[in-house]
Amino acid sequence: MLKLHYNLEKISMGLVIGIIAAASVGGLVEIAPLFTIAETVKLPADLRPQTPLELAGRKIYMREGCYACHSQMVRSLADEIDRYGPYSRAGESAYDHPMLWGSKRTGPDLARVGGKYSDQWHVAHLINPRSVVPASIMPSYPWLTQSLETELLPDSLATLARLGVPYDKAMIAAAAADAPAQSRPDSEAAGDFAKRYGERPAVRAFDGDPSRLTELDALVAYLQSLGTLTSVQNTPPVEAAK
Amino acid sequence: MIATLTVGERRTGAVLSVVLAVMGLAMAGAARHQVMAVHGFMAFGLGIGLVILLGGAVFDPDTTDGRQNRYYDAPTRFGIVMTLVWAVIAMGVGVWVAALLYWPEATPLWPATSFGRLRPVHTTGIIFGFGGNALIATSFYVLQRTSRARLADSVSPWAVLIGYNLFCFWAVTGYLMGSTQSKEYAEPEWYADLWLVVIWVTYFILYLRTLARRNEPHIYVANWYYLAFILVVAILHIVNNLALPVRWSVAESFPIWSGVQDAMVQWWYGHNAVAFFLTSGFLGMLYYFLPVRSGRPIWSYRLSIISFWGITFFYIWVGSHHLHYTALPYWVQTLGMTFSVILLVPSWASAGNAIATLNGAWSKVRDDATLRFMFVAAVFYGLSTFEGSFLAIRPVNSLSHYTDWTVGHVHSGTLGWVAMIVFGAIYTLVPQLSGRREMASPRAIEWHFWLAVTGTLVYVIAMWNAGITQGLMWRTYGQNGALSYSFLQSVQAMAPYYLLRTIGGALFLAGAILCAWNCYLTVRTAHGEAIDRPLIPEPAE
Repeated sequence: MLKLHYNLEKISMGLVIGIIAAASVGGLVEIAPLFTIAETVKLPADLRPQTPLELAGRKIYMREGCYACHSQMVRSLADEIDRYGPYSRAGESAYDHPMLWGSKRTGPDLARVGGKYSDQWHVAHLINPRSVVPASIMPSYPWLTQSLETELLPDSLATLARLGVPYDKAMIAAAAADAPAQSRPDSEAAGDFAKRYGERPAVRAFDGDPSRLTELDALVAYLQSLGTLTSVQNTPPVEAAK
Repeated sequence: MIATLTVGERRTGAVLSVVLAVMGLAMAGAARHQVMAVHGFMAFGLGIGLVILLGGAVFDPDTTDGRQNRYYDAPTRFGIVMTLVWAVIAMGVGVWVAALLYWPEATPLWPATSFGRLRPVHTTGIIFGFGGNALIATSFYVLQRTSRARLADSVSPWAVLIGYNLFCFWAVTGYLMGSTQSKEYAEPEWYADLWLVVIWVTYFILYLRTLARRNEPHIYVANWYYLAFILVVAILHIVNNLALPVRWSVAESFPIWSGVQDAMVQWWYGHNAVAFFLTSGFLGMLYYFLPVRSGRPIWSYRLSIISFWGITFFYIWVGSHHLHYTALPYWVQTLGMTFSVILLVPSWASAGNAIATLNGAWSKVRDDATLRFMFVAAVFYGLSTFEGSFLAIRPVNSLSHYTDWTVGHVHSGTLGWVAMIVFGAIYTLVPQLSGRREMASPRAIEWHFWLAVTGTLVYVIAMWNAGITQGLMWRTYGQNGALSYSFLQSVQAMAPYYLLRTIGGALFLAGAILCAWNCYLTVRTAHGEAIDRPLIPEPAE
């Protein structure tokens, strides 16, 4: 063996090939089966894709680095289930490009935050967290009152559709109009929005002001959607968690 | 820099700079998004600046003859300057964001200075800016010495270093403007990722071409590690960053992976960035500078073979230990945990080999702060790889995951191991490259050493306490069967540790600033050329 290596060290391409071979095995064994074994991700029948407004909110969540302090992954541990709610299932994030499971909880997990607080609470909390939670160490985000950019939404939906998220042609074409529509409950556009996305997504003025579409509308809509895109987490698991 | 290039090379460099400027202008012109336009103008400005610099020197006298008999160290000098620049920027931002967790009201109310945008500036600045520049700069130096050959050409090392730093500056300025893929440690957007691939391929080709010119039959072990670093980082970077841009004219994209698969790919990348960026590359550094500084050969050749292939093979499996108890299939979690424990064997083989190399040189470790940096690096490498294997065990991970214990673990690796070995290498290299016997201020090295050790210990111990406290508070049940603490109570309990952590980080930063100042003094009063061994020994008269 030592003799073999003694000779290998004289050939740079030999080392290159050896390194690539040694470093490929683990990745191939662990990652490739995740795409081929069907049980890895069971797509829930009731999983809905995010609306354009929620998707815009998700982009803001990423832009502000929220994922650095908040996870969206309830582990299958008793205390986490008691604190946050049902543990996260693989199917819940099947349409998430990228996933936002997170790796650190400087703040609490958000996988089940949808519907837990009112819109007003979220608005106040985002603008100044210490106005509602005096001991909070979260930064303030006063600039979220600025208008929401909707120009890229049709292309965003089209890109996601190409990656397998079920947005149809009508949804893609109307994406820029559907974002404000979701925050104007009494408008005509809201009716069109409901035709495309059904009755499940909430339609309301998330920041309290239906006349203006702000980044707060988008981010609050996104936060309120977390954990509500499917109800698969509430069904008993087929196999008990080991 | 320019005086070391021939007139022909200056022309090649000027042409490449024009290409960069045109590319930048095209990017800025096509961009329909503020971020991409700013980045286009950055590339344009850099290209124009280089054209002026090189074009102005086209008619200057040619470089002197006989340079084939000398090593090419100008790129290494530039790389070390950039290492120190990034150290001060990124450690500075690190201390600032640490302080924000203690004084959240101190955040100025501008989007660009918010915690969430600054945090990746810290991580990218340290890993890629500080660590990456140190790796590239030392790899050029070590490659030439261990091959007894000059770098294969004089233009591509500059292309690699300048292009790489453009990537780093694109990345951090992008975050400030809100542009991020949100994949941890792989935040830059698609065009920056593509640019890095071009740079990386150039780096790899330069490395192989120089190896091909070597005057030593064997490739030294440090180069195996540098090669593994270059090759595997390329694979990880490409696979993890596969994405579809929303439009070719905007800095926005969607990764092709989603959900569970994305999580696995992300942590396969994330943990192997630790393995092949923060471990392999720096082990290459250790395997060269530790024997050189201590004047002792590596203790065991066999052990270095075993640990090299062990690290290369086993590390790639362990990423899934970041996903215990999640929706990732159980069998993948178990594989990740098992291989994490096995990984302790090659890791400790490396650390042990390094420490055993110092046998017979312990008096030097006592007297020479530079060698002491390397010794402490090897010790922390051993400690944090033990801690890593320990944290990967499922029940331990149930307590430690999501807490500050992980942050403490990462910093025992990055402060205690990575930064210490870099400082050891810098204090060896800088006087050598300045034609001096030692740094301008040996006392400043001593101060730096103790600041760095104290800072690391304060930081890591604070985070251990923080993490274990958090983990226990989250899972404590009262007698009535309900959880005892609200999440907010666990946040409040962190305050003293967050303050201590800030102090530890500040001590470490102070040491790094002292290092930059000491390097500046050393270079300013340089006695001349590097003390270089000629490549082709002249016959004795």
